[in-house]
Amino acid sequence: MKLGRLAPEAVLAAVLIAAPFLLVHVGFSYDLLERILDWGLIGLGFDLLFGVAGMLSFGQAAFYGTGGFVAAWLLVGHHLASVWLALAVGTLAAGLVGLGVGALAVRRIGIYFTMITLAFCEMGFFLENSPLAAYTGGENGLPGVPVPQLGPWRLTSGLPIYWLLAVLFLAGFVLARRIRHSPFGAVLAAIKGNAARAGQAGHSVPDYKLAVFVIAALYAGLAGGLLGVIQSYMPPDAFALDTSGQLVVQTIIGGVGTLIGPMVGAAVWLWLRDNLQMIPHVGALWKLILGLIFVVLVVALKRGIAGELRYLLTRRRRAAAEAGVPEDSADGAPMPLAAPDLPLRAPLVATRADAPALRALGVSKFYGGLHAVEDVSFQVRSGAIHAVIGPNGAGKSTLFKMLSEEIAPTSGRVELFGRPITGLGVTRATQLGIGKSNQLNQLFLDLSVSENIRLAALARARGRFRADLWRAADSIPAVERQVALATATVGLAHRAQVPVHVLPYGEKRRLEIGIALATGANVLLLDEPLAGMSPAERVATRALVREIARGRTVLIVEHDMDAIFELAERITVLYEGRLLAEGTPDEIQRNQAVQAAYLGGLHEHEPA
Amino acid sequence: MPSTALLLSQAFNGLALGTLLALVASGLTIILGTLGVLNFAHGALFMLGAYAMYVVMAHTGSWLLGLLAGGVFMLVVGVALERLLVRLFYQRPHEDQILVTFGAGIVIVEAVRAYFGGNTKSVPTPPWGQGIVRLGFLFYPTYRLELIGIVAAVLFALYLLLYRTSIGLVVRAGIEDARMVGVLGINVRRAFLAVFALGVLAAGVAGMLYAPIVSVQPDMGGSFLVEAFVVIVIGGLGSYPGAVVGGLIAGEIISLTSAFNTAYSEVMLFAVMALLLVLRPQGLFGSEGRV
Repeated sequence: MKLGRLAPEAVLAAVLIAAPFLLVHVGFSYDLLERILDWGLIGLGFDLLFGVAGMLSFGQAAFYGTGGFVAAWLLVGHHLASVWLALAVGTLAAGLVGLGVGALAVRRIGIYFTMITLAFCEMGFFLENSPLAAYTGGENGLPGVPVPQLGPWRLTSGLPIYWLLAVLFLAGFVLARRIRHSPFGAVLAAIKGNAARAGQAGHSVPDYKLAVFVIAALYAGLAGGLLGVIQSYMPPDAFALDTSGQLVVQTIIGGVGTLIGPMVGAAVWLWLRDNLQMIPHVGALWKLILGLIFVVLVVALKRGIAGELRYLLTRRRRAAAEAGVPEDSADGAPMPLAAPDLPLRAPLVATRADAPALRALGVSKFYGGLHAVEDVSFQVRSGAIHAVIGPNGAGKSTLFKMLSEEIAPTSGRVELFGRPITGLGVTRATQLGIGKSNQLNQLFLDLSVSENIRLAALARARGRFRADLWRAADSIPAVERQVALATATVGLAHRAQVPVHVLPYGEKRRLEIGIALATGANVLLLDEPLAGMSPAERVATRALVREIARGRTVLIVEHDMDAIFELAERITVLYEGRLLAEGTPDEIQRNQAVQAAYLGGLHEHEPA
Repeated sequence: MPSTALLLSQAFNGLALGTLLALVASGLTIILGTLGVLNFAHGALFMLGAYAMYVVMAHTGSWLLGLLAGGVFMLVVGVALERLLVRLFYQRPHEDQILVTFGAGIVIVEAVRAYFGGNTKSVPTPPWGQGIVRLGFLFYPTYRLELIGIVAAVLFALYLLLYRTSIGLVVRAGIEDARMVGVLGINVRRAFLAVFALGVLAAGVAGMLYAPIVSVQPDMGGSFLVEAFVVIVIGGLGSYPGAVVGGLIAGEIISLTSAFNTAYSEVMLFAVMALLLVLRPQGLFGSEGRV
C-alpha cells in the first residue's frame, strides 16, 4: 500500500491522539469528545449511505436506538457479563433491523425512501416507549450500563473511554474509507450518479442499496451501544426523530461525502450547545443559527467544513486532470483502433450451435391504446451487423428497450442465443451478454472516464452483486485490462482521468458506446450512435462500429442511411410499430413499400 | 374485548383525528403531487398556524378573526417560502428539496421557540364550542364534534377548488405531467406558487383549528409530519382522495387500537403501512411507477 493512500488515516490518528490534550482548553471536555466521536461513528455509516450512495435516510435513530438498547438490556439485566459481547450483539441486532427496514425501503426511490425510513424511525420510538417499556425502561431509559474491562483495566469514564472511542472511530474510518474505494463503493457511487445505468451495466442496484443500508445500520448500532457505555445510561431519545435529524444537519455542516464530515459537524453542534447554553440571551439561539447555516449551505451547494477543506487540498490535482480538455473538440478527434476483443467477455449462453444471436418472437408493446410496437419478429445472425431503420416514431427505441430487457414486452419474447431472456430484467440480461448504448447519453457525470468504463467492466468481472469491501476498485488486473482496452477502443485513452461532465458532446457519445462495450457484451445494441456527431466524427465512429463488430454481434438503430447501407449486412425496417420489410441493403433500397414509408414519413416528421 | 360504548367513542375520536390528518396530509400531497417537492417543513407550518391562532385569540379573543388573520398570515408565509427558497429547488434533486425544507422547518421551529419560549401555550375553546354534547348514550366534547364538521367542510372546499376550478385543473394536470402543462403555455410558475401557498394554508388551518385541543408548543408539528407521511404512503403519493381516505384510515387505526391497548396505537399504524408497502407499494389510490 502506498503511503499517499494512508495519509488521511495517519492525520486522523494524530488528531485523535492530540485532541484530549489540546482541545480541553477550548471547551471540549472528555465527555464532549466522546459524544462527538460517537456521533461521528453513526456518521461514517450514514455518509456511506447518503454521501456515497445518495440515499437520504431519516431513520438512522432506529438503528442507533436498537444497538443501544439491546446492548444496555443485556448488560443491565445481567444476561451478558461481557460489555464487548453485548456491544457486538447490539450491533448485529441493529444490522438485522436494518435488513428488515431496508428490504421494504430500498426498492423505493428518492422521496419514498426518505419517508419510509422516517416512518420506521418513529415506529422504533413508539415501540421503545410503550410496548417494550418492560425491557427498555420506556421514558426513563436504562440506567446502570457498566464500563468495559480490557484485560486488567477497567475503561472508566474520562480518558480511558475516550481512547476506546478513538480507537473504534479510527477503525470505523479505515473500514469506511476502504469500502468507499472498493469495487463495492464504486458501484455505490455509480448508483448515486445514475442508478438506471448502474443496473443497465449489470449491477443489481437493490442488492447494493440494501447492503449499504445494513452497513450504515451496523455503524449506528455500534455507536448506540457505545452511547450507553459512555454515559452509564441508555437514554430513550436515542430513538427520537430529532436524533436522525441532528445527524443529517451535522453531516451537511461537516461535509457530506467526506466520511469525516459528520464527526466535524457533531463537534460544531455539540460544542455550540455545551458552550453557548451558559450565555444568557444567546443560549437559546444556537440551534436557530445552525438551522440558518444549514439552509444556506444547502441552497448555495456548499461542501461543508471537511468538504471545503478537501476541495482546497485537491484543487491542484483536479486542475491537472481537467487541463487540456477543450483543445481537441468534436472535430477530427483521433481514434486509435485497438483490438476489440476484450479480455472479459460474457460466457456464451448458446443452447444450440446454430441459434441466432438474438431473436424477437412476436414482440409487442402497448401503452394503453398506443401500439408502440406490434407483433415484431426477426432474428440477428451471430457475428452480423444488423440494422433497424424506420421513420421517427416507428418504435425502434421501444423495440431496443425490449431487446435489452429495460422494459417488458406486452406480449412476445426475446431469445439470446436461443435462451429466452424476457422477464429477466436488464441487469440479468446484461450479465448474459447483451449490452446497449443509449440514444440519450446515460453517463456518470461526476466520475472520470475510466471510472465510467470500470463500472461496466466490474459488473462483468464480479457478477450482479459482490460485497468485496476491502480491496481497491482498481486492483483487479483483468478489469484494468478491460478498462484500458475499452477506453482506447473508443479513443478516449488521453481523457481517462477527466471528469465526464467536462467532455465535449462527441466524446460523451463515444463513452456511451465504451460503457456498453466494457460490459463484455456478445450482442451489442447501438441506439443512434452517430446522433449529434460532426461529419468527421461520423466517419471515425463508423470505423469504430465496424471494428467493434469483428468480435461480436451488433444491432444498430441509426438515421444516417449512408452509414447503415455501408455497415449493415441485413436491415429490418419498422413502420408505425410494425415490421415493414427485411433484407439486404440492396433489397431494402429497391423496396417500394420502404420508399413510400420514408417519403410519407419525411412529410410527416422531421428527420433527426 | 372493550365495550361497545368505548369502541363507539373511540371511533368518533378516530374520525376527529382522521380529519385532522387528512387536512395536514392533503396540504402535503398537493405540494408533492404538483411540484414534486416533499415539504419537510409541513409540521413546522402546522405549528405556526396554531401559534397564529394563539396570538390572535390572546389579543382579541375572537376565534373567527384568528382563523381569518391566521389564514392570511399562512398564505404570506407560503408565498415567501416558495419565492425565496422552494422555487430555487424545482430543478434540483429530491434529496436537496428534502434537506432545504427540513432546514426551513428547523428555522421556523427555533424562531418560534426563541420568540415565544419553549413552554406550552393554551388556546381557549371558542364560546360556541364549550361543553359536551350527548349523542345517544355517548357524551362527546362539543368542539371536537364541531371540528369534524368544520374540517369536512374545508376538505370539501379543497375538493371543489381542485376538481371544479381552472386552477384545480392546472394542479391536477401538473400532478400528471408538470412539463407538459408548461409546454401548453400555462403559467406554471404562478400555478406552482399558488399550489405551494395553498398547501401551506392547509397545514396552517389544521394547526389553527386544533390549537384548542392539542398542546401548543414549538415541537408539536414533528409527530404530525410523520403521521402525514404515513397517510401519504397509505393513500398513494400525490393523490388527494388518497390523502383524505388515508387520513381517515390512519385516524381510526390509532384510535381503535388504543381501545384495545394504548401502547400499540401508533405502532399499529406503522405496521399497517409496512404491510401495505409489501402488498400494494403504490398506496391505495396511487398509480404504479409514479415518483
